[in-house]
Amino acid sequence: MSELISDLDGSGLRPLQEPVDARHGILLYLEEVTVTFDGFKAIDNLSLYIGDGELRCIIGPNGAGKTTMMDIITGKTKPDSGRVFFGQTIDLLKLDEPAIARVGIGRKFQRPTVIEPLTVLENLELAMSGAKRLRGLMTTRLSGEERDCIAAVLDRIGLAEHGGRLAGILAHGQKQWLEIGMLLMQEPRLLLVDEPVAGMTPAEMDRTAELLRSLAGSHSVVVVEHDMGFVRSIADRVTVLHQGRVLAEGRLDELQEDPTVIDVYLGAGDAYH
Amino acid sequence: MPLPPWLLSDRAGLVLLAVLALIGVGVPVLNLLVPPDHPLHLTAYTVTLLGKYLCYALLAVAVDLVWGYMGILSLGHAAFFALGGYCFGMYLMRQIGTRGVYGDPALPDFMVFLNWKELPWYWHGFDLFWFAALMVLVVPGLLAFVFGWFAFRSRVSGVYLSIITQALTYALMLAFFRNEMGFGGNNGLTDFKDVLGYPIHADATRIVLFVLSALALAGGYLACRWLVSTRMGRVLVAIRDSEDRARFLGYRVERVKALVFTFSAMLAGVAGALYVPQVGIINPGEFAPLNSIEAVIWVAVGGRGTLVGAVVGAVLVNYTKTWLTGALPEVWLFALGGLFVAVTLLLPYGLVGLLRRRREAAV
Repeated sequence: MSELISDLDGSGLRPLQEPVDARHGILLYLEEVTVTFDGFKAIDNLSLYIGDGELRCIIGPNGAGKTTMMDIITGKTKPDSGRVFFGQTIDLLKLDEPAIARVGIGRKFQRPTVIEPLTVLENLELAMSGAKRLRGLMTTRLSGEERDCIAAVLDRIGLAEHGGRLAGILAHGQKQWLEIGMLLMQEPRLLLVDEPVAGMTPAEMDRTAELLRSLAGSHSVVVVEHDMGFVRSIADRVTVLHQGRVLAEGRLDELQEDPTVIDVYLGAGDAYH
Repeated sequence: MPLPPWLLSDRAGLVLLAVLALIGVGVPVLNLLVPPDHPLHLTAYTVTLLGKYLCYALLAVAVDLVWGYMGILSLGHAAFFALGGYCFGMYLMRQIGTRGVYGDPALPDFMVFLNWKELPWYWHGFDLFWFAALMVLVVPGLLAFVFGWFAFRSRVSGVYLSIITQALTYALMLAFFRNEMGFGGNNGLTDFKDVLGYPIHADATRIVLFVLSALALAGGYLACRWLVSTRMGRVLVAIRDSEDRARFLGYRVERVKALVFTFSAMLAGVAGALYVPQVGIINPGEFAPLNSIEAVIWVAVGGRGTLVGAVVGAVLVNYTKTWLTGALPEVWLFALGGLFVAVTLLLPYGLVGLLRRRREAAV
């Protein structure tokens, strides 16, 4: 019972207190993962490796399995077969969503998902790691260290002026940044970012690109995005998903020459843009 | 002693507490000290009626905590209220002793009537006040916890959860209607004589029960207000507005839900326990699904997610009910239904929300 009460945040299930073991330069391993929904193979024998500190873009037509892949990494969907490891040692398939969040994987949803009736500061406070034990939850005050941590993130996401405003009245782009800020409060090693620039103005897109680029290196960042211009502006490496498997991987300019990629995606995509 | 900041910033709550303090002192004075022929004299009937409203208000606060802040629309909260009421009713039954119609020292009248020879095991201990008082918290709390644990772990939410809570209270009503359950069946528990040795119908006892109800409401309000002002309160709002977001931030949503649901059920249990000695009866009708729905309407009318609104709504709607069921009894259910429709359409944040909007518009 005491375990139950104190463990509202899944930290009791944290398999390892030591940091994630990315010694081989790979932070995330997906190997031969398959998911079937009612006979439809949403993910079909997918293998994908994300390097430590890498910024990777994932593109692909609708239904290629991009969001399902994120669901698997974050524990929302359990695959039928395959292996998903975080670093060398952490088997993500054995963990549920809160536990996965606690080992250091943050996820930004496609639609900005911030808690609208709370202020920007309160949203960040909510996301703060380490505050989630019951005793930490039953308090109304912030420590100085926590305050500094929030201020640093506010600064980083460009909302330093807006800390006291309600998240609900922020502009669309600001909400997206706030959500990224919430992920940063969790001190993750891996950020999964689903369509960060959908609906953004060009200026907002530039700032978002800058933000994500600044996060790479100290974090691994996986961005799912449709906007080719944006992908070009941020990614070192791009993976093309198609029908639940990796169709091609490489630099965007190489991929744009690849006839199979042009066939399933880029050709059609460019025609729209 | 200076007020903590979470209370200081809650102006509506301070007004509520002041009103409770005022009636907590004023009602006893007007009942006991003002002579009966004086126009300001409050009759025992009025005192009991007000006490009943306060119990309903506490139930409404419990509903608002889970519905307004955590997004769980419980259509079965009256079940926890009734269970608390039954637990305290069992204590009151045991207090009757040999003064019952059949004069059996241990068995309540209805058991003698059913030809039972000894007290069922679950009636043991209820002759002790402290045990019964503990059970008032434990029984509703345990049911809520077990129910919540399974429902929330299976990720049952939204309208499905509401329907299950409704089924829960309906099932309990059918069970308590059965004589074999040992809770007096259809008639429930009644004919109470005294509580802790004080005659239950005496004016002074009624006043004490009234004051205790006011204190319980104030305490319940403060506990909920404090809870929602902590970080935990922000977690509740996050769960209400975006359960997935909360989960991917690392919160064990189902555990938070189960714990807060349990706490809320305990508050409802306390409300029921204070209600029973004042109205003098508890029967399976208290489990009726309509009662739970009414509680939700009180909260909707007052303004959900405000706590103060729950109190305002409970008192206003019940006052209307008292008046209307006296003046035009056949109209009441139509009025209740109409009220709910009107509030949903016109006042999504209830009366408190309306006042807030007025004030913000004026600024």
